Amino acid sequence: MLIKNLVKLTAIAATAVASIQASAADYQVDIKGAHAFINFKIKHLGYSWLTGRFNTFDGQFTWDKDQPNASKINIEIDTTSIDSNHAERDKHLRGKDFLNVKDFPKASFVSEKIEFSNATEGTVTGTLTLHGVSKAISFPVEKLGEGKDPWGGYRVGFEGKTTLKLADYGMTYNLGPASTHVELELLVEGIRK
Amino acid sequence: MIRNTIESYGWISILLHWLMALSIFGLFGLGLYMVELGYYDPWYRSSMDLHKSIGLVLAFVYVLRLLWKLQQECPEPIADKAWQRLAAQLTHGLLYLVLLAIMVSGYLISTADGRSIEIFALFSVPALPFAFEQQEDIAGYIHWLLAWSLMFIVAVHALAALQHHFLLKDNTLKRMLRPQ
Repeated sequence: MLIKNLVKLTAIAATAVASIQASAADYQVDIKGAHAFINFKIKHLGYSWLTGRFNTFDGQFTWDKDQPNASKINIEIDTTSIDSNHAERDKHLRGKDFLNVKDFPKASFVSEKIEFSNATEGTVTGTLTLHGVSKAISFPVEKLGEGKDPWGGYRVGFEGKTTLKLADYGMTYNLGPASTHVELELLVEGIRK
Repeated sequence: MIRNTIESYGWISILLHWLMALSIFGLFGLGLYMVELGYYDPWYRSSMDLHKSIGLVLAFVYVLRLLWKLQQECPEPIADKAWQRLAAQLTHGLLYLVLLAIMVSGYLISTADGRSIEIFALFSVPALPFAFEQQEDIAGYIHWLLAWSLMFIVAVHALAALQHHFLLKDNTLKRMLRPQ
């Protein structure tokens, strides 16, 4: 009796594990542990780089290494959380000359198509909404790694980079000819739900 | 002549009054002007440094003025109607209060990230050891709102002074120009 039940249980467990492996799993971007970053980088006067980041955002994605092209990702950014390590500059960046966070407190990215050309490198296409302007963008993404974490969870991490023209998103404040574009960097680690 | 009397203000009070009036108008104009400057304007940085420097000197003068006021006689109000006296007191009180709040909020904008403020690159006024969420934005909004409010109160104050001078033909304005 006991042995019979054990066999049954094992079979159920095995089926469950198999079904998890077969379908893409949902991941929560690890914002709690801050293992995810949205950084930006823009030339200052053409002489140097200025970097900053958005401190508050949220995101989910689905991922299955056997079916990478079935992946999806969405990210929502709190634009008021911009942080360039200078309060007066951040105030300016939140104001009407740039992000206008009063009218556009959120920016978002929702993927439409994700195509991997090999196990780790792919291209993400989707809609970026920033400063009230929605545009289709496409950018390269790399899977950095995945596996069990030391605390009983399962994690996977990606890196994506793209360059935006500020004027495309209605931000036309003149920062000089070398500073018309900003580089965005998305570094995410997701924890399997 | 130096000190206030029961009839009139003394030179110290008069000088402090006009010195502050001048700085306040200057700061208001400079403030409106500097936030509109483009990034490549040669004044982009120095206009803000100047605004902060004058603002902090004004804060220092403000404290001196309050200390001086506290140990001086207060000239008697000229208006004889009770509501006019009350209105004058209220306006003066508001001028002090709103001005203080403007200076504090201005300080809180620039020190929100722990940076200190330089006064004419001579002294450095440190930030508070703590800050609140969105400090630069909240303080910035209050700074802007109160700056305009102050100008409105100043207009009431100035119109009342002119009314005393030209319509009621009393000493109100004169005694703030020279000791009577």
